[in-house]
Amino acid sequence: MKIDRNILQGVASNARLRLSKKEEDELLPQLNEILEIFSELDKVKTDKVEPSFQPLKAKNVFREDKTEKCNEDMLSNTKNKEDRYFRGPKAI
Amino acid sequence: MKAVEYVEKIKSGELSAVETTKAVIKEIKKLNDYNYFNTISESLALELAERADKNPKGRLAGLPVSLKDDLCIKGVETTCSSNILKGYKPTFNASVVEKLINEGAVIIGKTNQDTFGFGSFNVNTDYKIPKNPLDTTRVTGGSSGGAAGFTALTKFPHVAIGESTGGSIAAPCSFCGVTGMTPTYGLVSRYGLIDYANSLDKIGPIAKNVEDLELVLDVIKGNDKKDSTSLNEDLKNDNKVKKIGLIKETLNVDPKIKDLVLKKLNETGIKYDIVSLPTITKSSLSSYYIIAMAEASTNLAKYCGMRYGQEEKVNLPFNEYFSNIRTKNFNKEIKRRIILGTFTRMAGYRDAFYLKAMKVRTLVIEEYKKTFKKYDLLVSPTMPIIAPKFSEVNKLKPKDHYMMDIMTVGPNLAGIPHISLNAGTYNKMPVGIMFMGDYLNEKKLFNIGNGLQDN
Repeated sequence: MKIDRNILQGVASNARLRLSKKEEDELLPQLNEILEIFSELDKVKTDKVEPSFQPLKAKNVFREDKTEKCNEDMLSNTKNKEDRYFRGPKAI
Repeated sequence: MKAVEYVEKIKSGELSAVETTKAVIKEIKKLNDYNYFNTISESLALELAERADKNPKGRLAGLPVSLKDDLCIKGVETTCSSNILKGYKPTFNASVVEKLINEGAVIIGKTNQDTFGFGSFNVNTDYKIPKNPLDTTRVTGGSSGGAAGFTALTKFPHVAIGESTGGSIAAPCSFCGVTGMTPTYGLVSRYGLIDYANSLDKIGPIAKNVEDLELVLDVIKGNDKKDSTSLNEDLKNDNKVKKIGLIKETLNVDPKIKDLVLKKLNETGIKYDIVSLPTITKSSLSSYYIIAMAEASTNLAKYCGMRYGQEEKVNLPFNEYFSNIRTKNFNKEIKRRIILGTFTRMAGYRDAFYLKAMKVRTLVIEEYKKTFKKYDLLVSPTMPIIAPKFSEVNKLKPKDHYMMDIMTVGPNLAGIPHISLNAGTYNKMPVGIMFMGDYLNEKKLFNIGNGLQDN
């Protein structure tokens, strides 16, 4: 399985990254070398194996559905705010 | 002086936490050229030290503790060594920080690391690159490089809090000649840790001696309702080590490294067999990197120039705005990992990479489980090499960087505890030996570490 320039551009755009032509040229062989190593997993038989999304079996932990006091300081790390709200770029 | 001894002297009034703190901060500034610290939290440290002198009740009263720069401290710049977080001052403390402060620790600052933990040598930092404490032409190892480097050089009692995703505690410990414990996944709360890969990240201590590791791990462990993956179980009490398995496939390293590891292992006086772990040694690296990058690519989606971190005037359409900020502020390695991680999760590739890696992780866990039925601990070299020179690292391709984690990815992928200890020196550089135990068997690791240290 290989990444070509088209796929790379699509992936980068999905990840909200812009790559220059030079960066693409540098990345393509590197990514394919790494994917070649990853492809070694094809040799491992996993037909009846369940995936482990966590190293130890995780249980769902619920908390009570109660509102807690909001940390007002959380607006302190941005200049883009208005009243008690974050300001973001235009969506439409 | 060991932390335990130092804390006793603070409690008896023989030593002053304020004086020690002032001296440590002076030392950090003197060692500035080693680039171990991203931020010194001087005013917080002095405030905590005064508090410790007035009321030296805590188990860590007055003890200088540094934190890797991926752990949040309220009001102290926290960046993960990445430009995208420059200027970010968390509005809360990580649970680990709360626990340390509650026991009287003095938080002295934030240590340098590979950005977001992405690296094995700590050369991938947006700050200046930290230098090996024993040879400044060599790397500290990563990603907790500042933590291990400062631990090795400081003349004062000190414990560093590091974090490991695929070997970021063990690797720099091996290269800098100090000791580090990567605990069982979930033993220490990750609340307030800036994620690299949620199913792999573990917070653990780095110190000059095993007792200090034990003391600090005992403080920071425990269930936390703020981290739903934190365990509700304590460490197992049995610390007896009767039989060890030496992993055959990890002995294919420089003979000098192998000899030092075997010599150290023989010092334990404990019976050992050579065991073959084919799945772990062949498949962990790929499985680990696929999972780590996939999780990292989603975790890093939050850095988009809103709410915290680098930002600009929000006068562009949202996709353009996000892409601008991310393109400008993420370095090459971050971009490489985001792209690979996004690719391996994409429709059409997900089953072949991401899901396959998760299934291979199951096989890795099963192989460890089977082996721990016969052996109390497993052992291998920590790293396949001694700390390389910067000139050598610069010649490596990205894939060669990843291959360096070949010894440490197995235990990290399975989330089993492991300790790295110094096994001696080769070419005047330290060589690490790594013992691994079954889940929650940290006490066996401390036991073997203490024994070897006394030798």
